[in-house]
Amino acid sequence: MQSMNFWRAYARNKGAVIGLLIMAVVVVLGLFAPLIYPESPWDMVNAPFLGPMEEGSLLGTDTLGRDIASGIAHGARVSLLIGLTSTAVALVIGVTLGALAGFFGGWVDDTLMRFTELFQTIPNFVLTVVLVAIFTPSQGSIVLAIAIVSWPPLARLARAEFMALRSREFVQAAITTGQSNATIIFREILPNSLSPLIVSSSLMVATAVLLESSLSFLGLGDPNAMSWGYMVGAARTVIRQAWWMSFFPGLAILLTVLALNLIGEGLNDALNPRVARKGKA
Amino acid sequence: MNAVAVSSSSAPSPVTAFPNRQPLLDVRGLSIALPPSADRELAVDALTFTLNPNEILCVVGESGSGKSMTAHAVMGLLPVPSVRVAAGALLFKGNNVLTMSEPEQRALRGGRIAMVFQEPMTALNPLMRVGDQVEESLRIHTDLDRTARKARVIELFAQVGLPNPAELVRSYPFRLSGGQRQRVMIALALACEPDVLIADEPTTALDVTTQKQILDLIRSIQAERQMGVMFITHDFGVVAEIAHRVAVMRHGKLVEIGTADEVLNRPSHPYTRQLIASVPHAMGDRPPFTPSGEPLLLAEGLHKTFHVGGGLFKKGKEVTAGKNISLTIHPGETVGLVGESGSGKSTLGRSVMGLMKPDSGRLLYKGTDLLSLDRRAFRPFRREIQMVFQDPYASLNPRRMVGEIIAQGPIAFGEAPAQAMARASDLLAMVGLDASAAKRFPHEFSGGQRQRISIARALAMGPSLLIADEPVSALDVSVQAQVLALLDDIRHRLNLSMLFITHDLRVASRVCDTIAVMQRGSIVEMGPAAEVFGNPQHPYTQSLIDAIPGRGWEIPADLSHGEGVSA
Repeated sequence: MQSMNFWRAYARNKGAVIGLLIMAVVVVLGLFAPLIYPESPWDMVNAPFLGPMEEGSLLGTDTLGRDIASGIAHGARVSLLIGLTSTAVALVIGVTLGALAGFFGGWVDDTLMRFTELFQTIPNFVLTVVLVAIFTPSQGSIVLAIAIVSWPPLARLARAEFMALRSREFVQAAITTGQSNATIIFREILPNSLSPLIVSSSLMVATAVLLESSLSFLGLGDPNAMSWGYMVGAARTVIRQAWWMSFFPGLAILLTVLALNLIGEGLNDALNPRVARKGKA
Repeated sequence: MNAVAVSSSSAPSPVTAFPNRQPLLDVRGLSIALPPSADRELAVDALTFTLNPNEILCVVGESGSGKSMTAHAVMGLLPVPSVRVAAGALLFKGNNVLTMSEPEQRALRGGRIAMVFQEPMTALNPLMRVGDQVEESLRIHTDLDRTARKARVIELFAQVGLPNPAELVRSYPFRLSGGQRQRVMIALALACEPDVLIADEPTTALDVTTQKQILDLIRSIQAERQMGVMFITHDFGVVAEIAHRVAVMRHGKLVEIGTADEVLNRPSHPYTRQLIASVPHAMGDRPPFTPSGEPLLLAEGLHKTFHVGGGLFKKGKEVTAGKNISLTIHPGETVGLVGESGSGKSTLGRSVMGLMKPDSGRLLYKGTDLLSLDRRAFRPFRREIQMVFQDPYASLNPRRMVGEIIAQGPIAFGEAPAQAMARASDLLAMVGLDASAAKRFPHEFSGGQRQRISIARALAMGPSLLIADEPVSALDVSVQAQVLALLDDIRHRLNLSMLFITHDLRVASRVCDTIAVMQRGSIVEMGPAAEVFGNPQHPYTQSLIDAIPGRGWEIPADLSHGEGVSA
């Protein structure tokens, strides 16, 4: 019943449905990359500098004769994996700190928020670059670095939600019926603060995908994993002779990030119907 | 059908000086359509009535009756296209407002027809001086020059009884009290000498003493200018106070219209009768309460000061919410704590619940000082003292089933979940809900039903003392009567003591044995309900009682015993 309503509200936003379709294609591509292109994307399978649709290569080859279509399919795995895991890690850190700060208030709140501000004052990308450079690039260090720069907004959001819900009467009723703090946090407040958190973390996946691509572009990606950002970075010197080398990975990044943003907007419409209706009317 | 019958019977109003003159506002068969997703098709269904010059027509109804929609249609404030006029005509002095061009309508609104809103806090632009806001209306609708406009604004402010008008025009809205803002709103509405004033619950957000002043003001201005006033309200006390004629609405339809005397004293429609029977009034047959035994709760010299604003480097403002509060509640006694907003009545309730710690004083419950306990030591008392909250829409967790909400307390205290759920079903039956409600979510229930669930949650703990913080102020009057009757019934059956916090003296008089009146953080008078109401000693109590709207009106005898309250 409720999930039906959710889908109806979600489907009312046409863009969100398109976003979901694009995302589905990207996910399928990532999941089945080893089946579609069984060879490693690093293998030189053809002559270099082949344009799209030349000599049986769908999207052409790069400067070393590696297949670009294969690189994009394998790159989807890397982008999605890093986008999702780093957001999950950021969510755990952000919601935990934000919930504690919002629920307990007072000095707990002050301490945690000053700590959060410390991270917010440093430009995101610079900090990621520094962290990855220190930890040496690998999937694990990239996930961690992205998570470390992305949790503060989630912590702020969770804190605001918890503070607002903390003073609501149903939470006070839970206090007066002798519930423990853990019960109040997990059963009373958290379920009611989920929707904005889901919405903003769906947007955060998009940011994480972008951050990963930017790191790879700078050559700070995982050296063992083919990634979209790396492909754009490696092809930038020949962009005038061979546009397809950077165009197709760039398009993949663009579509994925766009799809994630559209999904985030659709989730917002579906989860916060009142706000959505105001916007449309 | 009703509407047609009504328009013929409504004509001669005893206060209308010129019965043959054309009505100011003639609403004919007005229907307003709601969007398809709404719970009913028409917000207003074939509504027909007239507003004559020099009369106050009160439009009464519960929430969702379509009374505000009607006013908004007249003012062109409907959120088109989702809500629109589907049929009918709205004649202002014989011209149909609905077919007028946009500029003509604009000239009418604010010029010939003006409106006062419910919420004076939000109806004024917070970034503009109040004088400028009134002047703006004059600039649009008149050709007075700047100096003349300024003078006129000051004159208007003086007429609506604002203190020191020459200074006050330069104030921003946040500097004014609620009552003053409502006066500014009225000045704004009067700026262009309108023929029709529409007042949409203009006193609902105000304290009772302020409400009285605003009602007096509207009445005197109406008489002075011979305006037609359409006054929308849900409160029959207010109706009795100012109405010349009364129209009663239900589910978008007009159920009854007539002179104030007819409708208030000889209501004919069953719905009107039910509404009037629900108006809170003292139950005459309440036996006087004689305290026996040790007091259950004894508050002594409670102080509480709030620090507002301020930060690391500057000192904030101090607000005193409690000043030497002392109060006793005996077993089986219901103590009403009455006061206007900001008087500190909730502070006391919250202190007893352990939701707030007073700065000093003692709070003895069966001899134990609750204030000396930390959270762990306080826990056993949670079973003994329970609370019913004000807002039934905010006090139930929307994501949990009703059964869980009721059973959560006993489960937290170690009761077996199955047993707690079984008891939750019993409690639902006790508060008049079906046992199947346990498996549903709060949003499936109406406000009154939710408040019943809230009461069941409190009772699940088996308390001896129930704190009810404005438990009926968010409910419609007929539902209010039912919930009050339920509370009264339950406390007798379970021999509960109750601290009943309310701003409404009429409600307090209905359920309380003892009344304590609070003003600015102190209890200024306390005594048996009959004495406090019959022979108030403190001037503040006297002014409160004097301000109860419709005091001169006796509920018709055949309705005063709660007939038709069940439903």
